[in-house]
This record gives sequence, structure tokens and C-alpha cells, in this order.
Amino acid sequence: MKNDPKRILRYTPAERANHWLSAICFILAALSGLSLFQPYYYTLAQFFGGGVWDRILHPFFGVALCVLFAIMYGRFREHNVLTPSDREWLCRVREIVNSDDSNMPEQGKFNGGQKLVFWLSAILLALLFLSGIVIWRAYFSYLFPIWLIRVSSVVHAASAAIFIGLIIFHIYAALWTRESMSAMVYGWVRRAWAKQHHPAWFREMTGGDK
Amino acid sequence: MALQSLDIVRRSATSTRPPEQRQTPEVVKLIDVSKCIGCKACQVACMEWNDTRDAIGTNQGVYDNPADLTENSWTVMRYTEIETERGLEWLIRKDGCMHCADPGCLKACPAPGAIVQYSNGIVDFHEENCIGCGYCITGCPFNIPRLSKKDGKVYKCTLCSDRVAAGLEPACAKTCPTGAIVFGTKEDMLQHAEERLVDLKSRGFANAGIYNPPDVGGTHVMYVLQHADRPGIYNDLPKDPSISAMVSLWKDGAKPLASILFGAGILAAILHYVTKGPSRVSEEIEKEYKNEK
Amino acid sequence: MASLAPTFGRGAMTNHWVDIKNANVVLVMGGNAAEAHPCGFKWVTEAKAHNKATFIVADPRFTRSASVADFYAPLRTGTDITFLGGLVNYLLTHDRIQHEYVKAYTDASFIVREDYHFDDGLFSGYIAEKRSYDKTSWMYELGPDGYAKVDPSLNHPRCVFQLLKMHYSRYTPEMVSDICGTPKDMFLKVAETIATTSVPDRTLTIMYALGWTQHSVGSQIIRTAAMMQLLLGNIGMPGGGMNALRGHSNIQGLTDLGLLSNLLPGYLTLPGEKETDYKTYISKRALKPLRPGQMSYWQNYEKFHVSLMKAWFGDAATKDNNWCFDWLPKLDKGYDVLQIFELMHQGKVNGYFCQGFNPLAAFPCKAKVGESLAKLKYMVVIDPLSTETSCFWENSGDFNNVESAKIQTEVFRLPSTCFAEENGSLTNSGRWLQWHHKGANPPGESRPDAEIMAGIFLALRDLYKKEGGEFPDPILNLTWNYKIARSPSPEELAMEYNGKALADVTDPKDKTKVLVKKDQQLDGFGQLKDDGTTSCGCWIFSGAWTEKGNMMARRDNSDPSGLGNTQNWAFSWPANRRILYNRASNDPSGKPWDPKRKLISWNGTAWTGVDVPDFKPDVAPGDPMNPFIMNPEGVARLFALDKMAEGPFPEHYEPFETPIDTNPLHPKVVSNPAARVFKDDFETFGKGKDYPYAATTYRLTEHFHYWTKHTKLSSILQPEQFVEIGEELAKEKGIRHGDQVKVWSTRGFIKTRAVVTKRIKPLTVHGKTVHHVGIPIHWGFKGIAKSGYIANTLTPFVGDANVQTPEFKSFLVNIEKA
Repeated sequence: MKNDPKRILRYTPAERANHWLSAICFILAALSGLSLFQPYYYTLAQFFGGGVWDRILHPFFGVALCVLFAIMYGRFREHNVLTPSDREWLCRVREIVNSDDSNMPEQGKFNGGQKLVFWLSAILLALLFLSGIVIWRAYFSYLFPIWLIRVSSVVHAASAAIFIGLIIFHIYAALWTRESMSAMVYGWVRRAWAKQHHPAWFREMTGGDK
Repeated sequence: MALQSLDIVRRSATSTRPPEQRQTPEVVKLIDVSKCIGCKACQVACMEWNDTRDAIGTNQGVYDNPADLTENSWTVMRYTEIETERGLEWLIRKDGCMHCADPGCLKACPAPGAIVQYSNGIVDFHEENCIGCGYCITGCPFNIPRLSKKDGKVYKCTLCSDRVAAGLEPACAKTCPTGAIVFGTKEDMLQHAEERLVDLKSRGFANAGIYNPPDVGGTHVMYVLQHADRPGIYNDLPKDPSISAMVSLWKDGAKPLASILFGAGILAAILHYVTKGPSRVSEEIEKEYKNEK
Repeated sequence: MASLAPTFGRGAMTNHWVDIKNANVVLVMGGNAAEAHPCGFKWVTEAKAHNKATFIVADPRFTRSASVADFYAPLRTGTDITFLGGLVNYLLTHDRIQHEYVKAYTDASFIVREDYHFDDGLFSGYIAEKRSYDKTSWMYELGPDGYAKVDPSLNHPRCVFQLLKMHYSRYTPEMVSDICGTPKDMFLKVAETIATTSVPDRTLTIMYALGWTQHSVGSQIIRTAAMMQLLLGNIGMPGGGMNALRGHSNIQGLTDLGLLSNLLPGYLTLPGEKETDYKTYISKRALKPLRPGQMSYWQNYEKFHVSLMKAWFGDAATKDNNWCFDWLPKLDKGYDVLQIFELMHQGKVNGYFCQGFNPLAAFPCKAKVGESLAKLKYMVVIDPLSTETSCFWENSGDFNNVESAKIQTEVFRLPSTCFAEENGSLTNSGRWLQWHHKGANPPGESRPDAEIMAGIFLALRDLYKKEGGEFPDPILNLTWNYKIARSPSPEELAMEYNGKALADVTDPKDKTKVLVKKDQQLDGFGQLKDDGTTSCGCWIFSGAWTEKGNMMARRDNSDPSGLGNTQNWAFSWPANRRILYNRASNDPSGKPWDPKRKLISWNGTAWTGVDVPDFKPDVAPGDPMNPFIMNPEGVARLFALDKMAEGPFPEHYEPFETPIDTNPLHPKVVSNPAARVFKDDFETFGKGKDYPYAATTYRLTEHFHYWTKHTKLSSILQPEQFVEIGEELAKEKGIRHGDQVKVWSTRGFIKTRAVVTKRIKPLTVHGKTVHHVGIPIHWGFKGIAKSGYIANTLTPFVGDANVQTPEFKSFLVNIEKA
């Protein structure tokens, strides 16, 4: 498949590895975090060896996620610069939701929605990281005043909730857009797929072919 | 710490009703600051009864030792020298858990059953359920719980719930040589406090009063203060303590909102999928590249 | 103690702890009860809460006691006589005394000899080269009948009342302010409050402790207060009294049992070297009444003495050998601890038994004590703890910088038990003997003190038996009838000091009636005989273990009067009396001064009530017999006769180290002219110009002397040594909270942390600003608290003129940031 000329390489192996490691860390961090966040989810702590282990591990999952995302950030930042066409795309996102992309402005490697996910993730993870350090009792909290710890608790909880919501959206978008999952799994996409979803990128990759 | 489980009225991270069959009268430990001589006998009694021993520290230029509450020192005396209209006063306040009727620690705690409140009003930490996250510290309006570096659990005054359950008074009240610490039903203690106020007012403390802050629902440890209008002079005793708005936002606001968000998101995705179907490559383009397949 | 006996007749707290709740005004001065006696202090809290009492504290420092006081007056350390003399003067000039009481129950009306006088700081009879007085003139004028002359009108110019007025007329509020540094308005406020108790139904209680005793004029400070209480009519009254709060939990028991070099048990005294004749020895002590009809209870001295000798020497003590009088040592001088260490320092002491005492830490001028110990051939330390004294030879860096190799003293350490590891009784400040039971087994090889002493005694006796030697009789004949000879039990010792009948004791009114059979325990000292038919180890404790059993172990706290006089709780010496001189709580006609506080009353045939009458029970009101039955006068003494070393009226003398280098009352006589100062020690006194700060040492509630630094809990509460200075001095010296500072006197230095506080304020004294430096003791180089310097490195080697209690409370230092 790799050498199939009819296909286009969308994600390098390193990028895929980075993404999926991040995804694993996210799942671990999210599940362990949810158990601390809300009693309804406390049962989730059992996956991590109980409440105490959950509390011990969660910050490390979070730090790992942030580190992995930071690397991903470096890889994809250039591709995620918002263009006027992205803005227009975003303004007309309703058409996409209605499964009608016939009149949408042409999108590059990533569409406006993906870019938005990228930037929101970056911001939220930064917030989660910073607030997480402040409320990390075992090592850092004693350095901070109580009001900051309280603010950070709210920021951490709110950012996490939004981030999880965002990732739910991200996952759904990936499932909904057929073949994008395999793009992230295998790295390659069909030319038709590329032309359909990312025409500008498609042209760039194929040298303006058709 | 406690040996009882039938009279719990609140339990951390639990939305269903705890076992609350046994009803006990509300108790109060009343600390009369105007009678306290700062002898620290209560600190000794506390360490002895609970078998905790703090480290031998250093002198930091004040009488306060240990310098702060720790996982081993559940109560400490706080000394304040202040010039008031009466001249020099040496205010000595016994610091420790206030056993709020509406405890911020319990509200903040994510571990089911790590913090409980009995029907007698005592707020107790059940360390076996504690996960060591320290959220109770964040939730406490009085800065009381302390996290142990050794075992990662949080500790604070239990109001000797084990002694009280057996019909005894807390160790500190038992040992207090001047009767500055007294213990009994809330009703009796409030009455005793009123009598003390009459005496204090007759001695010129016009603003003597009871410290029983309403915004935490009242406390089960109360103070008689000579200057109740200025609790802040007693080593920063908060004037109108309440559970921080941030903690309420975090615990009362964020939790349900987020759950709704997650549920709504997933529901929306499913509905979208089943109503709109997946996004596929259009037939037009498929045709265009058909030959390539 | 050495001032209460000359005033009232007995050297003990007049009232008791619980009784403090009955006071209307509480004065804590020369002590810090909240700090040093927190448990007893509860009764001050009670007096405030339930008796609307006003609580006053006067102290150089704003203490823990002051923190709960209604008002506080500062004064310079060592100037208490001026302050109290000022109060006496205030009461006299404002006529705020209880006239009837003063007239009837004090020696105010007694006429003093014509040759008595006081001029420019000295009383009549001063012998400068001996630093002492010929006290002949300090006496009442006696009539031909041998009784003292009196003038009930109090107008005679030489009656005690007029002399008193004259003596204290110099102690004006201005003078008080000048010497003490107390602002005048504060002093007057104290005076006015105290004066309110001059009415019969209000009382003042005074609580004091080492803050008064540890001065070169300590005894006289206490006497001034005692005199004030007499003027106010507060002695013998519930809620009144002179309440000496004892430091160690059993120091009262120590003095009661006579563990001082010049005493025998029960305040009997050893003969002096010139008193070789038994009859003279007794007659000098069995004082005849100085006024008609008085009890003069010491007339019974011989009964107590003979019974003691029978207890000690049994059958060997007979009338023929004057009850072994010749076996008693005859003193050439007092052998107080200062004297012993002076002799040791001179190389005149070879061996030293140090039992329950830590002189290296607890005695002044550590350098001198250390040098003295190094001159011994051997020292035996009997103590539960590894004390500094037992390790005086050990180099502990700066804390004890000695050259161990040069010290040749052989030290034997005999570990003993502590009080909780044995049965026994402790006597509290209020004279209660309370029995306690063993709480734990002693660790390791430690043994009870009695067993250690018994072991030494038996070995010594064997040596005398085998080898003979000089003067073996007292050792060979000492009664030793304990069941286990090497281990006398506390119970046996207690029964021994209570006393027993050696022959049937009969009722003096009806000889056929046997009160106590032979070999039975006595009911009390009233049954003691001078014919050798009773034995008693300590007459004042008689009644503590009778045929009814151990009275000290009684625990019935019922209190029918509500006055806290729990007659069936433990045993209170003498004769289970709770409030001494309680006859004085009634007026001469037998009516209580305050009907709400009725202790005893006359029922027509006898005195009865909620206390044991401190009086002859069948002497009716109207009889000339007066309430102070121990005094030959029958009344209490405002004029101390020859009982005090430095004068019959207390006079202000500056501490030997005074920051003002003068005495504003009489610049020629600055410090106590009768205090004993050893030759070399004069040179060790510092002057105000080099050592400008008034220093005082004291204790903290978190610790007990030098013991509790060995226990973890106390060490957690106060882990590290510190000194306290005021904010103003700190600012001058650039010292901040917790800084390391060096404090030094002429005798040495300590380095420690500084606690900077508002509680020590500079005082203006005689035109000069005086700062205090507060130095808590408690630290040393042994134990588990942080090691510290011994505070007594700094203190001077001089003591009170009467009892030689060292002047720990007033000396001079300098301080700087280290």
C-alpha cells in the first residue's frame, strides 16, 4: 500500500505514532481524571488500581500527554495556520454538518474544523498543564497560595471538561468522515478521498493534477 | 478514626443517603479565648491520645511550636501580641478543625467516604478511604487539613470522635487546666458562652462575642472572643468564612455541566450519524478515480 | 517561707489552691501562676468567672498570667519591696485598712524598744565588718511581768503602727514610679483595687513564687506583702492569704521534712555549736507567751523533739541521755548550697552526694559550680535522668567547654525511679499530702531513692560494725525496723512520720480512758508526749496515717459549704486544717467577718465548722487568746522582731547588680547590707555601665526545670533555647525575630535565639531607660530537645540574706546580635 502510486501519504509513521501515543495518554488521563472529577465516575479508578493509584498516576498521564502533544504541536503547527478560506469554511460549517460540502471553500491538509481542534487542544492542554502543576499536592501545591490552588482547581476541571468534549467531537468527526480513521492508522489516503475532503492539499501533493 | 457508622449524615463523593439511623445530639467544643493561658496542654493531650508525635523543631522567634498544624499536630496555639484600646493584649487562640456544619473539605473530597459528618456534627476523615489528592485542603475555609508526606493521607482534628462515641469529652477539653475548652451539647455550650459574654462585657469587652460563622452553617468548634468584631486579630481567624466561590463553582457548577456536556455530545454525534449518515467521497469523484482502483 | 513564719508563725501557704476561687481580688506578683502553675491557676479563672474577681498582675514582663488579667502593671525586676511598700503606704495614708482586725490580730499596738531606729538605709545595730546586725534593739518593750507593752489606742510614737507609718511614708507613689519604673497611674490603679479589700467582706489573695524568693531581698519582699495582707485583714480568711506557690511538686514536702542543713523534720531546728545543753536548747525554742493568755504553741516543742528522737533512735533515746541530744550535729554556720559550693570551690569538700538535684544547671554561676565539682574526689549522683551535673566532666563544645582529661573527680551514677514509678505522697503548695500510686515499672536497673539510701546505709552500718570508727553511735542505733531492710516501703515511712504510741496514750481529762493503745498509730500531734512514750518522724504530718488508715489517699471531694474546703480529700497539715489562722476569719466576738464565708463558728461549747479550727477548740470568744497561736504574742507581726536578717521592717535594697548603680532611697546603702557575699564573688558583680540591661531568668509552662527536655512531648512544644527582648531594644541592637544573639554577664555568655516581643517594655527608672532581657532556663547539653547553653552561666553567686536562695531574678547582662 505504501508504494501504491494511487495513494497519497497523509501522515508519516512518526506522526501516527505520536498521535496514537497521545491518544492513549489522553484516554488514561481522561479516565483517571474523571474518577477524581465526579463521584459518578469514581469506579473508573478501579482501572488504575484504586483511588490512591489513580491519584498518583493521573498527573503523570497528564504530563505525558502534554509532552506528546507538544511534539505534535511542533509537527503540525505550520499546517494549522488559519487562512481566510478556513474562516469562511468555519462560517459555513452548517453545510458540512448537513453533509453538503459542494459549495465549501477548498481546504488544505487540514480543514478549519481540524485547525480549531488543534488550537483549542493546545490552549486547553496548556491550561491543564499549568493548573495541574498548581494542584499537584504531592510535589508542588505547597509552593502556591490557596486562592491560586482554588482557581486552578476550577480551571483544571473546566478545561478538562471542555477538552474531553472536544475530543469526543474529534473522534466523532473522524468516524463520521469515512476513511479518515484509516488515514491516521495506516498513513495513506486515496486520491479520491483527498480530492473530496482536502482539494487544496490534494493539488499540492499531486502537483495540480486534475 | 471513628468506630461508628450508623450515624453518618454526610459522606464525601456520595450522592445517595449514608447510614443515618442513629441520631445523636449536636455537640460543640467551646474554646474561651479569654480564659486560655496558652499552656499547650491541649497540644500534649492531643498528641498523647492520638499517638502522634511531631518532629522536635526550632524556635523561630515566637512561642508558637510546632510552628504550624501538621499531620502530627492537629491543634496548635497561635499567639498574637497586639496593642488595643485596652493596652497590650496577648491573644492566644487554639487553632484546629472547626467542624463546620457545611464542611468545605467534605464538599471538595472526590473519594467516597473519605470524609464523613456524623449526626452529632463532627466532621471526620476516614483515612482508609483517603486517596491523598488534597482537595479537602483546597475546600477548607480555615486552612486546616494537612497532607502527610509519609503516607499520602490527610489528617486533622477528629474532635476525638472515638472518645465522643464512647461518651467521653475530647482529650483537649479533658486536659485544659483553666476550663477554657469545654465540651457538651450545642445548646449547653451556647448557654455557657452567653454567660461568659456577660462576664466579659462587665469587664469592659463591649464587643465580646461568640464565633460561630453562619456562612459555613455554623461550626461545632466555637470561640468566645473578647473582640468578636475583629476576629482577624486572632492570628487571621477569618471574619466571614465561607466555602470559596471557586470551590462551589468547581464542585457545584463544573461537575453537572460537564456531565451534561459529555452526554449531549455523544448523543448529538449518534443522532447526527443516524440522521445525516457518514461523510463519504462523492460519487462524482469516485467515478473520476474509478479506473485507478 | 522564711518570712511567713516570722510574720504569722508558720512558714507555709496560708490557704490552699481551691480556696483561691473565693477571692475578690487576685494579685499575681513575683510569680507567673498561669505559666508555672497552670493547673492551680484554674482557681483564678474560677474566681474571675464565678466570684467576679478582679485579677491583677505586676511583673517586669507581660506574662501568660497577664494575658488573662484585668490589668497589668510593669515594674523593674528586684524592686518589689518598693512597689509593695508603696501599697502599704497608700493603705495607711488613705486609711484603707481593716482597723478592727489590725488592732486585734496584729502587733500594731505593741511598743518597740527605745533604742530601735532606722536611719539612711540601716537599722540599729549594724556591724559593717560582719555584714550583719546585732538585733537586740529589734524587740518589744517588755513590762516587769515579762509581757510586751501595748497601746491599744495606737497613738504611742513607738508602737508598731506608728513606726510602720513612719517607715513607709517614704514610699510615695512618686518614689515607686522612680524606683520601679511603674507609671504612677498604673500603680495607683493597683493600689485602689487592692484597697477595696480592706472591708471585712472582701478579700485579696496574693499568689507568688520564685519571682519573689529568688532575690537577695526575697524573704523581705514576701514579708512586705504579708504585712499588707494583715493591714487589709485578709489572713485567715477564705479567699485571702499569702499563697506561696511551690516550684517542685514536692518542694513543700522537702521543707516540711526538714531537708535543709539547719532543720529537723517539722520545722524543728538543729542546735547551734554553742547550744550544747539540752535544757537551754529546748527553752530557747519552747517560747513562753509574750502576752497574757496566749497559746504560744511552740511551748510543746519538747514533745515534738522527743518523739522525733524516739522515732530515730528508739530505745537508745532515753531521758537519761537527753534523748540522744549529743548525737545531733551542732551547726557552726548554715550549710546551704551556696555555702557548700563555696567550700567545694575552696577545695574543702571531698565527696558529694547529689540526689534529685542538678546543680550545674540549677545553681548560679555555672563556671564556679563546674570548677567546684572538678575539685571533688568523688561524686554520687542519684537521679532518674542523665543530668548535666552527672556529665559536668564531659566536653559538649561551647555548651560545656571543659577539658575532660584534667578532671579527676570520680562520678558514680545511681539511676533512681521517678515519682510515677513508685507509691508515695506529694505535698502541694496548699500543704495537702496526697498519696499517689505507682503508674509504671521503672526501667532498667533503676531503684527507688529509699532503696538506694537504704543500701548505702546498711553497707555503712556493716563497716561501722566490723571496723568501728569515730562516733558510730547514731549509725549503729538508728531505728531500722522495715520489713525488708534494704527496701523500706513508702507506706512504712509514712506510718513512721505519722507516729505511734510506745505506751498506751490516755485521755488527759480521764486517765482511765485509753485513746491509743501501745503500738497503734497516733491520731495527731496533740497526742505527742515528751516522756518518750510516743514516737513521731515529723510532727506536723501526724494524722496522715492513723489507725483508720492512709488519710492521704482519701478522695472524697464533697464540699458542703461550697467554699472548696474538702475535709475528706487527702490530708492537710497541720491536723487537716485547710486554712491556717482560721480563727481570724471571725472577729474577736466570734462573728464571721463575712457571713457568706463562714469557716468555723462558736457553737456555745466549741469551735466547729467546715474547717478544723486553728485554735484551741474550747476557748470561747472573748477570751484573750488570739488566733496566731504559733506566735508567743498570739497575734501576727507587722514588726518582725529579730526574725529577719536585714531588719524588722522590709526596706528596698537594690539587687547586687543594679542598672542604676544606686539606691534612690539611700545612696549609701545600695544593696542588702546583711546578705552574705563570699569574698571572691564581690568582684564578679557587673556594673550598669558595662552591662546596661536588667536580666531575669524564669521558667516556661512547656518545661519543668531541666527534666522535661528529656521527654519528647515537651521538647516538641519548646524545642530550642531563646531569650526575650522588647521591640525597642531589638531595634536599637538590630535584632530580629529568631536571630542568633549573644548574651553575657561578667560570669560568662550564652548564645541563643531571640524572641522579640511587645511584652517587655522599656521602663523609665530614676531618669534612665531600663530594658529587660528575659532568659528562660530549661536548656542544657543533655536530653532530646535542642542543646543549649545553661542559663545559669550568667547568674550571680549571691543569695537571700535569710535563706540563701540565689538571686536568679535580678542581674545585669549585655546583648548583641551573634
